[in-house]
Amino acid sequence: MGYPLNPNVYDDDVKQEPIRAGFGRGLKAAGEANDNVVALCADLTDSTKMSDFKEAFPQRFIEMGVAEQNLVTVASGLARAGKIPFTSSYAAFSPGRNWEQIRTTIALNDMPVKIIGSHAGVSVGPDGATHQMLEDLALMRALPNMIVLAPGDSVEAEKATRAIAENGKPSYMRLAREKTPIFSTDDAPFEVGKAYVLREGHDVTLLGTGTMTYQLLLTAKKLETEGIHAEVVHVPTIKPLDEAAILASVHKTGRAITAEEAQINGGFGGAIAELLSEKLPTPLLRIGMQDRFGESGSPDELLEHFGFGHESITKKAKVFIDSVPRYHQAF
Amino acid sequence: MDGQLTVVQLKQKANDIRQDIIRMLEEAGSGHSAGPLGLADILTALYFNILKIDPKNPEWSERDLFFLSNGHTVPVQYAAMAERGYFPVGELQTLRKFGSRLQGHPERTKLPGLENTSGPLGSGLSQAAGYAYSLQYLDNAKHRFVYVVTGDGELNEGNIWEAAMFAGKYKLSQLIVFIDRNNIQIDGSTEDIMPLEDLRGKWESFGWHVQEIDGHNIESIIDAAAMGRAITNRPSVIISHTIPGKGVDFMEYDYKWHGMPPNSEQAKEALMKLRTLDGKITSGDFA
Repeated sequence: MGYPLNPNVYDDDVKQEPIRAGFGRGLKAAGEANDNVVALCADLTDSTKMSDFKEAFPQRFIEMGVAEQNLVTVASGLARAGKIPFTSSYAAFSPGRNWEQIRTTIALNDMPVKIIGSHAGVSVGPDGATHQMLEDLALMRALPNMIVLAPGDSVEAEKATRAIAENGKPSYMRLAREKTPIFSTDDAPFEVGKAYVLREGHDVTLLGTGTMTYQLLLTAKKLETEGIHAEVVHVPTIKPLDEAAILASVHKTGRAITAEEAQINGGFGGAIAELLSEKLPTPLLRIGMQDRFGESGSPDELLEHFGFGHESITKKAKVFIDSVPRYHQAF
Repeated sequence: MDGQLTVVQLKQKANDIRQDIIRMLEEAGSGHSAGPLGLADILTALYFNILKIDPKNPEWSERDLFFLSNGHTVPVQYAAMAERGYFPVGELQTLRKFGSRLQGHPERTKLPGLENTSGPLGSGLSQAAGYAYSLQYLDNAKHRFVYVVTGDGELNEGNIWEAAMFAGKYKLSQLIVFIDRNNIQIDGSTEDIMPLEDLRGKWESFGWHVQEIDGHNIESIIDAAAMGRAITNRPSVIISHTIPGKGVDFMEYDYKWHGMPPNSEQAKEALMKLRTLDGKITSGDFA
């Protein structure tokens, strides 16, 4: 049984919704399912979509003010008291501002605090580089005990939110501000730690996380018209990686391309590079921010400029496929 | 606790804990001396009088909580916990050693009875505030209290003042904080490095009830905690004036002992001085 993709995923008028909206619904549902779920926000309740939960459970919502260090450490204390705290802010501030507090009082302390970093990536747009968080995946992936997620659309974000509410572990989930096309469906599977083959192929594996998976689907469709059969693997859990699923796909195709709206150094592409170089050395191309900061502009302008769009990825993919051998020819 | 210790017995217990600290630090060969010695009276009062706890059942659901925010002073907490029966006193000699539950800075997951993991300064107060918020607003557990010890150098950290603002806003009346006001930090005197005064005024302006006590006077410590519990509309802070290195004259008041352990000769001398205090405590000569 293949992954049940949204049948309209390749249409121009595919349904779109901000990933954070799915988080908002998921948090409210998690709160309905478990009285211990509490929510803390650093003065961005509407932006991060904690407002649904706040409205439903005002007694379990805690306004923290613009104090991200306190946000996560108070959450650690609440977790010690048996609660399941979700914290939210922009990713640039949490985990950007408060990484050490997360490291010591949540990761090392092994407290099931859920850190929600919204407005990640360059698609934040006009706010500029200060607010375009691109290093969060690298920061959080480096922490022992930490689960790291970047759901690909709002439908999946809702499922992911409910899943981490009950996983008993420190968890980070990144969200995006802009509307993202919905590729998954209510019936699509989601499990923390699992990667999903969205489209089968044998010439190259396209590994996507977060907002970039949709772009890879369009890339694969375009490549198909040119006789290149790309396999698209969606990796919403960056840590722990679904090594078996990723290696199985790459073993078949012999080439890999990663895509993330984050720095290529240390993030998702870094994780795949580590995995492949240790277990299945394979020619690899990492699509992502190329070790530089973003700037102000409209989301579309920036995605285009920095090469995150499917047209740009398709071009790079063709050059890559033409110029590198498959792994079993290379070694 | 059952069979409450008298004030004289508490003073003797504090002196035992000081001797434990000297022996632990000598054996470890690294660690902080001044802070733990200075906090011995407060930790003794907490573990042997103030806290409602059960050493045989560290996760007892009705317990009071103790959060050490300045984790580098943990030798005094380990010594107090061992003397109170959480684990054998002999285990104190494993401090900072490979495989020990007594990590150089406290780790909750390693040792039952610890409520938090601390070391990097400034975040213990927030963790305690989170717990106190839960007791007051989510658990309807008004009879349980959350106690915290912070350093004074630690108050340089912005995270502390975020927590102070938070606890003030939510009037976390079950939160009671002892500040170890010993006036030293690693680089020198607190007022030279980054002045804290007017410390009372700062906390009052954040909405806290403030007391100032002699942090070596066991009765004052117990009374101040009782006052903190009686204040039901604000969090409480107890500025506890202490002498760094208290009890070992060549360490007292000297910031150089902040981050240094005694060598074996110094330890021998320190233990001798502390043992002579035992007699004075019994005869009432040592306040």
